Amino acid sequence: MALPAKDAPVLLRLDGITKRFGALTANDAVCLDLKQGEILALLGENGAGKTTLMNILFGHYVADEGSVLVSRGDGDLSPLEPGSPHAALEAGVGMVHQHFTLAENLSVLDNILLGTEKLSTLKSRRAPARRKLEDLMTRSGLAVSLDMRVSQLSVGEKQRVEILKALYRNAKVLVLDEPTAVLTPQESDTLFAILKKLADAGLGIIFISHKLAEVMAASHRIAVLRGGAKVADLPTSECDQRQLAELMVGHEVSETVRGTGAPGDTLFILTGVSAGESRESIRDVNLDLRSGEILGIAGVSGNGQTMLARVISGLETPFAGSMRLGERTLTQANARTMIDAGLARIPEDRHRDGIVGAMTVSENLAIEAIRKPDCQRFGLLRFAAMREKARAMIDAYDIRCQGEDSPARLLSGGNIQKIVLARTLETEPKVVLAAQPSRGLDVGATSEVYRRLLAARARGAGVLLISEDLDELMRLSDRIAVIHRGHLSDAEPTETLDRGTLGLRMAGHTMEAAE
Amino acid sequence: MSDILEIFMSASFWAAAIRIATPLIFGVVGALICERSGVLNLGIEGIFTAGAMAGWMAVWLGAGLWGGVLVAALAGGFFGLIHAVLTVPLGLSQHVSGIGVTLFATSLSYFIYRTALPDVSSPPRIEAFQPLDIPVLSDLPFLGPALFQQTPLTFLALFLVAATAYVLYRTPLGLAIQAVGDNPAAVESQGLSVYGLRMGTVVAGSAIMALGGAFLTMSAFDAFFFGMVNGRGWICIALTVFASWRPGKALLGALLFGAFDAFQVRLQTEVGSFIPGQVFLMMPYLLSIAALIVVARRADYPRALLVPYFRGQR
Amino acid sequence: MIRFEPRGPVAVSRTIGVSVTAAVAALVLAAIPMLFAGLSVLDAYVLMIKGAWGSMFAFTEMLTRASPLILTGLAAAVAFRAKLWNIGAEGQLYAGALAAVAVGTGLISGPSFVLVPAVIVAGALAGGLVMLVPTLLKTRLGVDEVVTTLLLNFVILLFVQMMLEGPMQDPMGMGWPQSEPILDEAALPKLMDRMRIHWGLVIALAASLGVYFLLKRTVWGFEIRAVGENAAAARHAGIPVTATFIRVGLLSGALAGLAGVGEVAGLKGYLTADLSPGFGYSGIVVAMLAGLSPIGVVFAALFIASIFVGADSMSRATGVSNYLADLIVAISLLSVLVSGLFLRFRIRLAGTRPARESAK
Repeated sequence: MALPAKDAPVLLRLDGITKRFGALTANDAVCLDLKQGEILALLGENGAGKTTLMNILFGHYVADEGSVLVSRGDGDLSPLEPGSPHAALEAGVGMVHQHFTLAENLSVLDNILLGTEKLSTLKSRRAPARRKLEDLMTRSGLAVSLDMRVSQLSVGEKQRVEILKALYRNAKVLVLDEPTAVLTPQESDTLFAILKKLADAGLGIIFISHKLAEVMAASHRIAVLRGGAKVADLPTSECDQRQLAELMVGHEVSETVRGTGAPGDTLFILTGVSAGESRESIRDVNLDLRSGEILGIAGVSGNGQTMLARVISGLETPFAGSMRLGERTLTQANARTMIDAGLARIPEDRHRDGIVGAMTVSENLAIEAIRKPDCQRFGLLRFAAMREKARAMIDAYDIRCQGEDSPARLLSGGNIQKIVLARTLETEPKVVLAAQPSRGLDVGATSEVYRRLLAARARGAGVLLISEDLDELMRLSDRIAVIHRGHLSDAEPTETLDRGTLGLRMAGHTMEAAE
Repeated sequence: MSDILEIFMSASFWAAAIRIATPLIFGVVGALICERSGVLNLGIEGIFTAGAMAGWMAVWLGAGLWGGVLVAALAGGFFGLIHAVLTVPLGLSQHVSGIGVTLFATSLSYFIYRTALPDVSSPPRIEAFQPLDIPVLSDLPFLGPALFQQTPLTFLALFLVAATAYVLYRTPLGLAIQAVGDNPAAVESQGLSVYGLRMGTVVAGSAIMALGGAFLTMSAFDAFFFGMVNGRGWICIALTVFASWRPGKALLGALLFGAFDAFQVRLQTEVGSFIPGQVFLMMPYLLSIAALIVVARRADYPRALLVPYFRGQR
Repeated sequence: MIRFEPRGPVAVSRTIGVSVTAAVAALVLAAIPMLFAGLSVLDAYVLMIKGAWGSMFAFTEMLTRASPLILTGLAAAVAFRAKLWNIGAEGQLYAGALAAVAVGTGLISGPSFVLVPAVIVAGALAGGLVMLVPTLLKTRLGVDEVVTTLLLNFVILLFVQMMLEGPMQDPMGMGWPQSEPILDEAALPKLMDRMRIHWGLVIALAASLGVYFLLKRTVWGFEIRAVGENAAAARHAGIPVTATFIRVGLLSGALAGLAGVGEVAGLKGYLTADLSPGFGYSGIVVAMLAGLSPIGVVFAALFIASIFVGADSMSRATGVSNYLADLIVAISLLSVLVSGLFLRFRIRLAGTRPARESAK
């Protein structure tokens, strides 16, 4: 990879940024330089402080100490007004957030124009904007239809709109937060090619990632964050993956070992299941899950995974097809019948669907079993029994909380996930549905989730693992099926698959060729 | 049957329909401006009352009719500001705050009215707005009396519909309002102020709502009565949903509503002898509920409606 | 820039503190319109306290006024707990009153121990059924219940007027739109001689204990709390969300209906269309002031009732409009909303360790 010139001017400097949230130090005196034409990878685990750092740079947060300096064109660095996204934009800092910041009810063009014109202007000047954007798109290779409503775009297209937003404002520095999390490997390659082109044209680029391979492949320089502090800052050519992994985690990395499973009889079958309308739907999904195996579902975000999980969770009734769990046929299912049939569900959005934040840890641990004799008699709650059971689960699953009577909303994401794991796996379910189970969790919590899923497999449960993280799927699954535009491919043994093949299928290529 | 046809053929029927629709047009436009930015404003019923009382009282004290309109709008803006502060930066429940503003605006208006006029047996009257005499148009046969013999406030309402549509769809401000009602993060990441936009729309929308109240005391009637708003604000909230938050449809919805109401009043004189009057009086409310039911399934609510925004949080 | 930091578990004492702060703030803020009206604020409040608490008669009048407020307060509290926005207690109250009158004026006859329960059940049922309509519209068709309950208030009041001028008009009433009087056997007994205070208060207090028990100790109460705090998670955890809404709707409407029963069968003895001076809307204030606690509702209702009764008495003495009471009640609602922030958050100014943001 062509390096930027040694004497290229510094575009951006973070000087001793410190940010605390209560007792937690999210950023600890971080210093960082970005040169013109440089691609800098900011590497770190979830919770290492990468996103916080970039949010300070972009003015979403205010740093407790330190400052952000930006080049003003003549090569001099001057400090950026803290806490003002407006100032960051004016200074030429553009940011592509992990969760896209687009108004779905507006067209692509209007989203890009948003905030670039004075609000007192009496008419939006769309025509010149369109010309400038068409020019930008040809030069950068970022193609997207300007008149489409954003709600109709795919995830990859939305990302392109986000980058165009920054370029339209003549950004000199582009920050991308986990840009590949929602892309196929091939789409990621395309993205990195575009980024390289932009860097060659003089842009400074920071991309945040926790994926070693892409960091190695696509950056000039790598800065590693751990526990909020910068622990390394090296040219990419001087790094290797193993060393980076240790820097990132802080100790030698022990890979979760799947081991060989002992798949048994088929437990759970979906036949021709169709549900939902428009984008987030599934069509004619067939699936069979055996006991003692982990079946992975790969796919780019927004291809029907959420609907599939909702159907299996009993939250959405399919309009065609059937589900069988063991001997039971589940039609017109609701969450209750699914739970009673022995299906454990780990929801993808654990804050929204997993816990009732205002209720106590103990109540959240009991919520799925609240009508069971353990928790009630004659409709009256058995508080003592619920508390006692909660204490046992808190111990067994190492849930860090201020006792079973503290509100669940005070817990960290990892501990909330442990509540969900505890109450669903406690009943020794036959089938476990895990939707994006490690999303947003740190290393420790992630490996705990993996351990629990593998333990469920070991005792003979069938685990359905829906994930957007290919590494996670390849590491845990015995077989993998790919979902694309609501259609699910046949599952194949993980050993026969590689990232390239899976990536093509996630983009819908091989399947269309085979049809 | 021929009687019913006769109703539609009379110019006075259409004039009445527009007259009934006018306060609703103000109300729906005001409500949709607030809701487009993501804030439900249930203060509307009280803001109508405040606008009616304040506008009337200003005229009664000698401020002149247009002075009264201005005072009504300022009163609406004041109560809108209370709702905006409570729901936007403080992020409190839009439902409860709105009800609170309604109770506050209503009771304050009544209290001020009663304090200013402690013992009047019949409400004092003002010289209200008179129908405009537009050259040519007002003199057209049928169409003149049906459409063009309205007071200036009706034409102001129609102008506001057009202005709102233009601002919403054609200006950078309108784009920002639409965006902040869909995804506030989109607005903030483009360097605009979510709080500023939302508070601005709530204050402006409330000022427009208050004009609906002012129409009642300064155009439809010439005095202020207790309970005169009589649920019109709530009807506007229903009509806003019915209109899918679009100014054009809002106008259409309000006119349809006005036509229906005018029709049933006339029907009442035909068949009133054997159907109790209350059945007819219920109609506007039942019609509003029916309108909500009709659009319920496909109502395309602004995605961020009712959701408070806190910076740096997602 | 203001920042909110979430607090940990909330102590009961702090909850009470918030309500008291809000009530005091409302009384202080109400001094502004009082000054404009030319009142001496201190004298006015002394008059109000005397008017509500100053004599046995005043005190029982205040309790009589508090009874329907407890019930409409409970109706709002239980519904708001489930985030079912029932703003229709006013209409449900009239429905309850109408049913009580229909049953209690001779539809059935019998001794007190038959008629009184029959009147109570009829009123509760009518209120519940009225609330069932918007609840079903919400759960089946997705129609927002706020607007439907508000609009139904007007419909029901008109329906009551229609009945009072038509089939249910008192033939001995000299043409006034009022119902026949409730039979003596169907009337709620008085609690004290020569005072207006009646068994409606006992019903209200029992209802408050009942709702407290329901929410705190039962599976249904658990489900109501879960649905209200996070309906998505409740549904995911297998809680019957629709059934819970329907239960809450019926209960909330029934409580408001009971308020109507008390007013006709305990206090007035017959129904007119001006039975309630806005008890349904004041119930919302009572519930919010109580922090949606069923026990707190009793104390909040005593406060609001004192304002109303006290202001009436003050108004008679000074000639200042008793709309002042409505004004104080409205300000209470707004101030309890704001002071509630101090319950859930520590409020900090910018730069001083905000922690509402999650560190990612």
